[in-house]
Amino acid sequence: MSIWVFILKRIIQSLPIIVIVSIISFFLIRLSPVDPLAELKLNPSISKETLEHEKQRLGLDKPVYVQYVYWAKNFIKGDMGTSVTGELVSSKIKERVLNTLILSFSVLFWTWAIGIPIGVIAALNYRSAYDRLLTIFSSIGMAIPSFFFAILLLIFAQKTGWFPIGGLTSANFYNMNILEKTLDVMHHLFLPTLVLTTISLAGLSRQMRANLLDVLDSDYVKFARAKGLPNYKVIIKHALRNAINPLVTMLGFEFAGLLSGAALTEYVFQYPGLGRLILEAVLKSDINLVMASLMIGSFMLILGNILADILLKLTDPRVKVG
Amino acid sequence: MAIEIKNPELKRFLKDKISVLALIVLVILYIAIFFADFFAVYDKNYSKRNLSYSPPSNVYFIDELGDFTRPYTYNWKRVFNKDTLSIEYKQDREHKRYLKFFSKGFEYKFLGLFKCSRHFVGIEDGGELYLLGLDINGRDNFSRILYGGRISLTIGFLALFISFPIGLLYGGISGYAGGLLDNIMMRVAEAIMSVPSFYLLIILAAILPSGMTSSQRFALITVILAFIGWAGFARVVRGMVLSIKTQDYVKSAVAVGCSKSRIILKHILPQTSSYVIIAMALSVPSFILAESGLSFLGLGIQQPDASWGNMLKEAQEFANIIYRPWLLTPGFLIFVAVLSYNLIGDTIRDILDPKSKIKT
Repeated sequence: MSIWVFILKRIIQSLPIIVIVSIISFFLIRLSPVDPLAELKLNPSISKETLEHEKQRLGLDKPVYVQYVYWAKNFIKGDMGTSVTGELVSSKIKERVLNTLILSFSVLFWTWAIGIPIGVIAALNYRSAYDRLLTIFSSIGMAIPSFFFAILLLIFAQKTGWFPIGGLTSANFYNMNILEKTLDVMHHLFLPTLVLTTISLAGLSRQMRANLLDVLDSDYVKFARAKGLPNYKVIIKHALRNAINPLVTMLGFEFAGLLSGAALTEYVFQYPGLGRLILEAVLKSDINLVMASLMIGSFMLILGNILADILLKLTDPRVKVG
Repeated sequence: MAIEIKNPELKRFLKDKISVLALIVLVILYIAIFFADFFAVYDKNYSKRNLSYSPPSNVYFIDELGDFTRPYTYNWKRVFNKDTLSIEYKQDREHKRYLKFFSKGFEYKFLGLFKCSRHFVGIEDGGELYLLGLDINGRDNFSRILYGGRISLTIGFLALFISFPIGLLYGGISGYAGGLLDNIMMRVAEAIMSVPSFYLLIILAAILPSGMTSSQRFALITVILAFIGWAGFARVVRGMVLSIKTQDYVKSAVAVGCSKSRIILKHILPQTSSYVIIAMALSVPSFILAESGLSFLGLGIQQPDASWGNMLKEAQEFANIIYRPWLLTPGFLIFVAVLSYNLIGDTIRDILDPKSKIKT
């Protein structure tokens, strides 16, 4: 099976899921007692025409299932309506999605860059003091409520003044050259990344440790050792490659956890990501925005899973669409 | 006096010092919240508005002369500092206020059964004892942490007992039935898993109608938490059922003519029990964290009820965390509780299923 067929199959597989997600989220929100236009009507800067257009777009005078079809059609066309503040939902979301992706990738990168070596060292020193220490540290990392940790770091940032608080860019961002811009974004990303990395690090390093322990116990590693291969070669060439494979499947999983875990962190750090957007939308009962960001969030999650599967297929040709 | 423990799993658990310590911590926490009325110094609705944000009372065991004495404290006095133009709290050094143990305080129903007014610690008349200071409304943080713990530490359990039976049954039916039904059921479960769970959580919490009583709200938040958790669990159970149903003893049960529901409930699901125990132990913390996050945002348990999450709401203000760090106590307690649960869960997993690949 060529890789393209695999990708196609995987995408077709997730279509029904997307449809179900949209049905669930649509009816959840529509069946709640909130009037979808109530907040829009309250905003004096939104014109009568816009309101009328919204009414048409949502088909509010028609039965609920027809409304769903209307909504779905418009969503596919990219028309997600107007938010309470009068901006177009689609443009608002576009910007936020990018920011969330930046944060997620930065977290994933650091989690892997730190978590894998930690897990490997722990597995190679199985049951040693280092190994136990790692277990304790990773338990601690997993147990800190993300928003609480974020608050503690905010105090730290406030007291030392080493890190900027809130946002993704400085006020004078547009006057910077490309290098300064990158550094500025990285500077802003540091604290949110630290919080989220600390929390996801534990799971990954433990998984790596467990996988490697499993592989080290397998016959082919024993055979490689028996034929006299030096230890480091056994580990790097034979054990590591096979131990990392299951982690690739976890990538999709991890991405899912990140999306929802990031919401609170984004909120505390005032980071302009999708999580904070949906939170603000919920608090303002901005229905259009809530629906759209819920869908986009789910979309990203499904896409992340597909990408992880494709990656796994590339590294491990034995995988089949299941 | 040696108690002989027969159960080998329990024996191994008790050998692990860290998890025994975690268990002790949890037992202490649960005793504290179970007898919250007894340990609380003030009742839930006590409010001393003219002393809002007063710092914790310092308790002294040694008097000015350097001698040991009964523990005493001083009341706080609000003073306006003319130079800095701010309100400060000073100790009222004129009167020593002695602490009293097992003294009479506000009246409550002990275990909900009979009236009682004894408290673990109180203070003599005219004195004020705020072990963790007061909050913005002048309510005693220490007492509220005890009452808030009741919600924060039990909501996870309650959610667990809703979500696990659902997940177990759903996964069991889906796996056993197979075919189209299995396909549809699994797509629905996957769809729920595909929505970022925290997004779903806040939306569900936000569409709750306002104006509910606090116990209704508590119940609905519990249901929402449960709703988020069951899908992933159901999927794993289904996978296990798929392999269990091909075993000979299940086939013989079919041959004997057992009904489908009997086969699923009596023959297949009990086989998943060790996974269920592990998954349950490991998922209590996530429920606790979810509730605290929700309440932290103001979408979960609402004022005037206390929960550890909504008490931390005050930590959203900079002035609070820098000048009044004691307001962060609930955060540490969440951390301690979650950590203890994790450590215990890990040990249980190691014991019941040493080669497990299961993660939650």
